[in-house]
Amino acid sequence: MIERIKELQNEAEAAIEAAGGSEALEELRVRYLGRKAELPMMLRGVASLPPEQRSRVGREANIARQALEALIEGRSAQMHAAELDQQLARDTVDVTLPGTPAQPVGRLHVLTAMQRELEDIFLGLGFTVLEGPEVETVHYNFDALNHNPTHPARAKTDTFYVSDQVVLRTHTSPMQVRAMEAHPPPLYVVIPGRVYRPDSDATHTPQFHQIEGLAVDEDITLADLKGTLLAFAKIVFGDEREVRLRPHFFPFTEPSVEVDVSCFNCSGKGFMRDGSRCGLCKGEGWLEVLGAGEVDPNVYAYVPTTESNAPGYDPERVQGFAWGMGVERIAMLKHGIPDLRLYYENDVRFLEQFG
Amino acid sequence: MRVPLEWLLTYCDPGLDVAAIEERLTMTGTKVEAIHRHGVMSADGFVVGAVLSVEQHPNADRLRVCQVDVGPAQPAPGRPASPDGPATIVCGAPNVAAGQRVAVALPGAVMPDGTKLKAAKLRGIPSAGMILAEDEIQIGPGHEGIMVLDALAATGALGPDPRIEPGTPLGEVLPIATEVIELEITPNRPDCLGVYGVARELHAATGAPLAAEPWSEDPGTLGPLLGAEVDVLCPELCPRVTARIFENVRIAPSPPWLKARLTAAGQRPINNVVDITNYVMLLTGQPLHAFDLDRVAGGRLTVRRAHDGEQVVTLDGQQRTLDSEMVLIEDEDGPTSIAGLMGGSRSEVHEGTTRVLMEVANWHGPSIHHASWGLGLRSEASSRFEKGLAPEQCMHAQVVAARLMLELCGATLAPGTVDVGGPFPEPAKITLRSAKVRSVLGVSVSLQREQEILRALGFQAEAAGEDLQVSVPPLRRNDVTREADLIEEVARIDGLERLPVTLPARRGAYGMLSETQRLRRRAVDALVGRGLYETVGWTFCPPTLADRLRLSAEHPWRSHAVELENPLSEDQALLRPTLLGSLLDSAARNSARGNGDLRLFEVGTVFIRDGAPGHDVDSVGVDVAQIAAETGVCERQALAVLLSGRQLPRTWGAAEPPSAGFFAAKGVLEALCDALRVQVDCTDARGRTDLDFLHPGRRALICGGGETIGWIGELHPLVAESYELQSGAGAPAGLELDLSKLLKLAQSAGESRAYSDLISFPELRRDLAVVLGEQVQAAQVLAAVRKAGGSLLADAEVFDVYSGPQVGAGNRSLALSLSFRVSDRTLSDEDVAPVQQRIVAALEELGGHLRG
Ligand SMILES: [Zn+2]
Repeated sequence: MIERIKELQNEAEAAIEAAGGSEALEELRVRYLGRKAELPMMLRGVASLPPEQRSRVGREANIARQALEALIEGRSAQMHAAELDQQLARDTVDVTLPGTPAQPVGRLHVLTAMQRELEDIFLGLGFTVLEGPEVETVHYNFDALNHNPTHPARAKTDTFYVSDQVVLRTHTSPMQVRAMEAHPPPLYVVIPGRVYRPDSDATHTPQFHQIEGLAVDEDITLADLKGTLLAFAKIVFGDEREVRLRPHFFPFTEPSVEVDVSCFNCSGKGFMRDGSRCGLCKGEGWLEVLGAGEVDPNVYAYVPTTESNAPGYDPERVQGFAWGMGVERIAMLKHGIPDLRLYYENDVRFLEQFG
Repeated sequence: MRVPLEWLLTYCDPGLDVAAIEERLTMTGTKVEAIHRHGVMSADGFVVGAVLSVEQHPNADRLRVCQVDVGPAQPAPGRPASPDGPATIVCGAPNVAAGQRVAVALPGAVMPDGTKLKAAKLRGIPSAGMILAEDEIQIGPGHEGIMVLDALAATGALGPDPRIEPGTPLGEVLPIATEVIELEITPNRPDCLGVYGVARELHAATGAPLAAEPWSEDPGTLGPLLGAEVDVLCPELCPRVTARIFENVRIAPSPPWLKARLTAAGQRPINNVVDITNYVMLLTGQPLHAFDLDRVAGGRLTVRRAHDGEQVVTLDGQQRTLDSEMVLIEDEDGPTSIAGLMGGSRSEVHEGTTRVLMEVANWHGPSIHHASWGLGLRSEASSRFEKGLAPEQCMHAQVVAARLMLELCGATLAPGTVDVGGPFPEPAKITLRSAKVRSVLGVSVSLQREQEILRALGFQAEAAGEDLQVSVPPLRRNDVTREADLIEEVARIDGLERLPVTLPARRGAYGMLSETQRLRRRAVDALVGRGLYETVGWTFCPPTLADRLRLSAEHPWRSHAVELENPLSEDQALLRPTLLGSLLDSAARNSARGNGDLRLFEVGTVFIRDGAPGHDVDSVGVDVAQIAAETGVCERQALAVLLSGRQLPRTWGAAEPPSAGFFAAKGVLEALCDALRVQVDCTDARGRTDLDFLHPGRRALICGGGETIGWIGELHPLVAESYELQSGAGAPAGLELDLSKLLKLAQSAGESRAYSDLISFPELRRDLAVVLGEQVQAAQVLAAVRKAGGSLLADAEVFDVYSGPQVGAGNRSLALSLSFRVSDRTLSDEDVAPVQQRIVAALEELGGHLRG
């Protein structure tokens, strides 16, 4: 019996080593270890053996069975690994093909992106954001902003009229007075929005966007205006920028200034490294970006004192500054956009580049 | 305003180069827009010549061959030395003659247009230069003949004792070159519309001395004037009129220096009298008018208001209709001119004029503005008058004109002056507080410096303790009326460049976006995240939009659209009532350029006349109801989406990607609402004629919070076709929402948000498929399911739709996913079974039965 066990074990071990695949292996498992196979039969028949043989045969047969089981297990794992390798090799892809597209992201329009950037700058400086109507009355657009009755901006060549006393706002400034009517001082607001003037060429479109700023408190100086706009210039155009205030005239500020930012293209030199004239600032070293000034006392006089803005705006007790900047102009300078009309064509090849 | 530098420097010469002058003027508020070169580029190569002989050109009837002595050879860089002896110059002018002294450009000279003169052969004869006419060196318009310098010298036109020897540099004899500074003069500074006013600015800006006022010495006399009268019937529109008489006037061309200054300033020289009126206007800012006194009927001018509807034929031959806010000047034969705007031909100065009535008046600015804009007549004079001049300026101009009339026209000045108008207004007296200067600017300016600046600008300023008592000069009367105006004067000359950099104190102010603004950014970002491109379209739209969108006559977008009184063009005549038009324009433009696969959106204002049916008033940030009451226009913020073509890029891994279509648009709507946590429903809108721009069977109203807040649908194929967008399967589709209402819903959704425990106890999920008649809408089914599901049913969705032979004709099968949940325990099958039975019963009531 013992020899037969050895013989079976040797025979099975040779066959398992030689098995060529998992199917053949399974066949061998049935043949040597299956219910009807010889080795398990011997194990089941141990009880009928003479007592002196029982324990030895039983032990040997068990050892042989366990050895064969382990061998089959090992061979099987080996074969599965090889077969998986083959399968994976067959599954190879061309890794250079493009990926499955995710939903592509869209884009904010450059004007919205620019407007948000500007809003965020002034939010950080303590201003809140207000919005106002695009169709305005002559009162708020001109009269309350101290435009005298013959001011050329009132002409139909310079302003769109809806009716005699109703216009498309020519600037965001009407909201200065509306804001002061609604809120008491101190008042720190920026007012973004669309404005309109009847002009159409590469540097003028009949609609464009402005951001108005207004700060009114007890003691706001022109130097504070300079500091506020310097912060804006540095954030938008780079930390090395300077601003300069040039005297100008606006009906609703006194003193009035135009504000220039040192040119970021030529670092304010007016010429490039190769000695050629800077094309952005036309050799001036400065870029005009906005108009501003201390709020004209006459404007406060147009603000009635009511319950909502008490104690109201007494020109002897409050002072402040205001500015208006063009969003298109700033985006144009910042991104080198050559023609204002591109903003409103909405060609996706343009839209794709910003926001 | 074009100011010849050479002229400006005669009144104030700071000894700076033109770039430094530009910088000083610009930084003190007189902005230099450009600097032009007028005349020749360089004085080199321009000399006086003496014509020795003139012979007929052998090959050309109209040319002469001249021998010209151009003086000794003068070597100059880039120019060959002139030949020894006389130069041979071919000349085409009929007036050239031996013995003349002439202006010559030698080879190498650079002409005003930049061309460099070369020795050349003219019809076979070599010519070593050119004899010049005045237009060739931009002195005047004359081109009929060459300039004859000896003749000019004889009349004194070249000044006292001119050197016109051969070889004298021409620049010593004639004004052949100057820089011209082009200035932007703001409307509050009509005093700077005169060269002397600009000189005063330069004086204040640089400290260089200012020459005496050119009107400081009057060659004439005041007192009664015999021979002419002026009556003013409307002193409120004509605060002042002055007049003087000049006799023995000889009309002739002006001398070269005057012509050159006028030409450089942009005015065309005509004759000495007319040129003097223009010259004096450019110097003083005050317009003048010269009448031929012999043609002023009755020797009497009357200034009166026009009658309403009065018709006048003006100098340009046009008949014009006036009103009573406009002023006429008439003589005994009737109107001769419209005050401040245009003279009449009847009494104009002409070649034979010998007696001139020089009239200088001050007109009411708003009246001139009204007449100028009303009649469409604008001139150098009217643009000055309408800004409001000082009445004192009339005599300034009379004085300068008198000196020139005597000097240039050989005229004699009749004694006396007409001067109609009351006393001049008292100068305003203003206190300038040093403390106020410091508090407005944020930097101190010394009292002494303030005084110096104001005096340089023509103000009187006396110290009184810490303050200045300031008296305003007449020319600044309209502009400077308050302390704030004086602070600006001080600041612009000396202050702005020294400003420190500070930030406001911001007591009690803090910056943040409003909830609505924050949610609007969220909405826009959600769309961008879903692959949509934001567009910015035109507010303007054409009236034809209503036709292209197939709108009925009663549609409020047509019947209540807001019209502009003065649109730039018919295409921009209306304010858009919907964003759909501009989105379609953007889509059409891209499609025509080969990009038809589009996911676009726009946020913007839409406009409708107040009171349009179905348009209640509501908006972001401002009280729009109040504003609509003021303007008659109701404006609201809208958000619109337009999809067309493929909605995903093509890829090798899948079949054709999905196209636009109703459900693509609805997917965008759901994503948007999900981002804002707003619940909306799409309700059937098949019968709504106001949505006829959409596919009749694929459109819906968007409802939320119990009201309609927008529309959604596929474009009607005819609308798509009219914008040349592809239609058919996956047709262009879009939606438009009242953004204000959407954001209001989002705001209230945000307010009620509190934590609910969805984690401790799992939900139980069940799917079921029900076969129903295909007319039963999904929304009905879900409503019935939710009602039957009661509080246990947390959610119910349709996740598949099937129609086909297995469910029978006219039917479809909806696959529903149901989830059940309670907050305090895990649900068992036994908990859910009775609820599910009630749901099945409810579905059976709709005519459905469970499938399989
Ligand atoms: Zn530059």
